[in-house]
Order: sequence, then structure tokens, then C-alpha cells
Amino acid sequence: MSEHTVRSYADELDRLTDDLRRMAGIAESMVSDSYTGMVRGDMSLCEDVVVRDKEIDRHHEDIERGILRLLALRQPVGPDLRLVFCAMKMSNDLERVGDLAKNIARRGRAIDRTSDLEALRGIERMGRAVSLQMQDVLDAFTGRDADLARRVWENDEDIDQHYNSLFREVLTYMMEDPRTIGASTHLMFIAKNLERIGDHCTNIAETVTFLITGTRLSNEKRPKVSGIDA
Amino acid sequence: MKHEALSTARAGAAAAGTATKVDARIVNVFYGDKQAIFDVSMRIPDRSVTAFIGPSGCGKSTFLRCINRMNDTIDIARVEGVIDIDGEDVNDRSVDPVVLRARVGMVFQKPNPFPKSIYDNVAYGARIHGLARTKADLDVVVQSALERAGLWNEVKDRLESPGTGLSGGQQQRLVIARAIAVNPEIILMDEPCSALDPIATAKIEELIDELRTRFCIIIVTHSMAQAARVSQQTAFFHLGKLIEMGPTEGIFTNPTDQRTQDYITGRFG
Repeated sequence: MSEHTVRSYADELDRLTDDLRRMAGIAESMVSDSYTGMVRGDMSLCEDVVVRDKEIDRHHEDIERGILRLLALRQPVGPDLRLVFCAMKMSNDLERVGDLAKNIARRGRAIDRTSDLEALRGIERMGRAVSLQMQDVLDAFTGRDADLARRVWENDEDIDQHYNSLFREVLTYMMEDPRTIGASTHLMFIAKNLERIGDHCTNIAETVTFLITGTRLSNEKRPKVSGIDA
Repeated sequence: MKHEALSTARAGAAAAGTATKVDARIVNVFYGDKQAIFDVSMRIPDRSVTAFIGPSGCGKSTFLRCINRMNDTIDIARVEGVIDIDGEDVNDRSVDPVVLRARVGMVFQKPNPFPKSIYDNVAYGARIHGLARTKADLDVVVQSALERAGLWNEVKDRLESPGTGLSGGQQQRLVIARAIAVNPEIILMDEPCSALDPIATAKIEELIDELRTRFCIIIVTHSMAQAARVSQQTAFFHLGKLIEMGPTEGIFTNPTDQRTQDYITGRFG
């Protein structure tokens, strides 16, 4: 796209994109560190994730301020309007992702590891899949890649399947050995949090698609797995 | 290219959901040897506001002036193509331009009231077109036009004062009252607010929004924000060509053409 006639306007839009990228980078690392720290029982990594959530919140506030300023002073239209609108939505999703990752890390610290937790392997698999979704959707944003965004959107089905099978698995362990119920409940919530992060990736995929194409993905039908209403 | 312009313009009329009032087909305009308009085709729906936007010299005013044959007044201007209003070509020999201009009213950038009283400014057209038989009839016409133009309350006690003594915004509403007094079908507005302050502009925009329930309104504006605020369809002109036309919301959120995108976001022009 050619340059704005008003240079300072272009600068403000660029700054918004940069802020969003930075915030996305932190969220992405928080997601992968949260499940990794939790699975490995790495307390300092878990602690670090909790601390980083404050950074995410700070970025979220900065981005909101920038957006308000752009709306009030520049009245963006066309692709610029889409960028501002999408930045607002994306930063909301990323802020929620940060909260969920923090929650996973906190449970990672609290979890009782005295008995063997078979389900950790399932959590790790699901965490990896969610992290990949996160990575892809942010690459789609940075590279303005609508095809990649669409793939992320379609892949959410896999995440849902991961969640459903983990749910059944953890339930079985609880029935087998009631002493694991405490830890298993944490794992159940962690799986749920990962699944929610996956949903935010889908939201971001929709947002990124709208940013690039101006059309909405959500009007189309996505194959939905019938799962557990938990 | 022709087909492309034709189909986007038709989509514009269809999206507005009203009947086509003006149907222009492959219009070309020349000033002497210089071509100002190239193959412009568009359908303009009735009872809605259509905005023409584009950089200076893009032909939007020239095209607007084709609709009521104002270009006839320029010796070297030549118009080719068909412009139908309700299926009748405005350039047909049988069309009397004076009658046409009563059907298609026009408001200009600078308010141009006649050097007459407020009353006579509005009564003038109704008189010469024989729309009122008695003084009482004429009073009704004048009052109703001033009311519809949102000016009545401000001038009802001084109808005999000169129209030129009003403020700029009031003068602009006076000439709008003058235009609607003769019951036109279409109102063309060429930059009607560019000489007005923001309050007077807001009043005119409010008026345009009210008038669109009765008239087909076409407005040329340099203010993109104004086009976004008042119009239901927007047509973007560039270098004498119609680049893109469609529902205003679409043009300002997701324009199809790169040139439209660059223009509305302030990247050239």
C-alpha cells in the first residue's frame, strides 16, 4: 500500500501494529511456557508466566489508549479502520489468553505430584497443539496470510477432540484411584483452559481474516464436533 | 472495464433496495478536444442519497451537471451517451431543459439567493412554473418549502427581508427551500457545505437526511466524512472514470479497488 499523505498518521498505525505484535509475542510464549512448566513441574517457569501476565495487561491498556486516540483524532476508514477495529478485538483475545495461561501456571504450582499423573502426557500433546495454533494465527497476522488464518480456524476441531479425549481419560484415572482426584481436577481445568485458548485462536483467526479480506469467516459453517458440554 | 463499471453501479442500486431513478449508460463528456468523462455508467436509486467523491478534476461535478443538462450552458461541452430519468433520456430533443431543471433542482457550493426578499426567493419558481393560482396558495407553498428546509422558524417574522441578509448556512437552506418549492424529483448538490461552518453543515446534513424520504439526492463532496455520514451509496471517480460504486458502508470499510482504498484512507489526492 502506498504511503499516507499524513506521515504522523502512518506512524501511529505502524505503532499500533508493533504494539500488537509485541503483545502477541508475550502471549505466545506464556502459552507454551505455562503448559511446559506445569508438565515438567518447573516452578520458576510457572512463576515467570504469572509475572508476565502483568506485562500483557500493560500492553492491553496501551493498545486501547492508542486505539481511542486514533478513532478520536484520525477517523480511520477502509483498511485502516479494519486494522484499528481488529487491534481492539485481538488485544482483548490476547489479554484473555494471558489470563488463561497464568491460570494454567498457577495450577502447575499447586498441583500435587506425589502420585503418577498419566494424563500429563495428554496435556502436553494438547498444549503443543494449542501452542502451534497460537503460533500459526500470529504468523497469519504478521504475514497477512488469510489462508493460514483459515487453516487455524478449521483446526480448532482438533483441539476440541484433544479436550474431549483428555476429559474421558482424566475421568477414568479419578475412578481408578480416588487419591488422584485433587490433582486430576486441576488437570481437567488446565485442559479446559487450553481449550479456551484454542477458542481465542479461532477468534483471532476470524479477526485476521476480516483484517485482510474485509469479509467474515464466522458466517460460514465450520464442522463442529459434538463433545462434552463442560 | 465498461462491464465492470456497469455491474458495480447496478449492485449499488440493487443494494439500496429502491427503484432506479437515474440510469446513465456509457456517458462521455468532452470540453472541446479534452475528454472529461470516460464511459461512465451507473444507476442511482430513488429516495436515497448518493455521494460522488474523488480528487479535484476527477469529473464528479461534470457528471453531476449532465443530469440536469447544466453543461448545455457551456459552449464547448459535448455530452455523449444516455442518461435516463424514469426511463426518459434527458438529452432527448423533446425534453425542455427549463422543465428538466425544475424536475432536477440544484444547490451550489456558494449559496446564491436572488437579490429579492426571502419570500420571493422561494415563491419565484412556483410562480413561473404556475404552481400556485392565488396568493394564499403561494403562501402555503412558501411556508411548506421553508419548513421542509428547516428554516421557517428562523425567518417567519421577516419574510420580506432580503434573502442575501441571512447567514451563509441560512442562505444555503433558503436555496434548498427554493429548489424544493417547485416539487422536484431529484436534487443535485455540488459541495453544498464547503462554505459553511460545522454547525450550519450539521443542519444541512440533517436536512439532507430528512429530504431523502421524498427525493433522489445526489451530492458531490470533498469531505469523505460527509459522504460517509449522509449517503447510502457512494461513487468514487478518478481521472474522469467511475472507479467504484456501492453501498457507502462497504466503500468505507472494504473498498474493492486499490485506487478507492488509497483515496479514502488519505494516501493520495
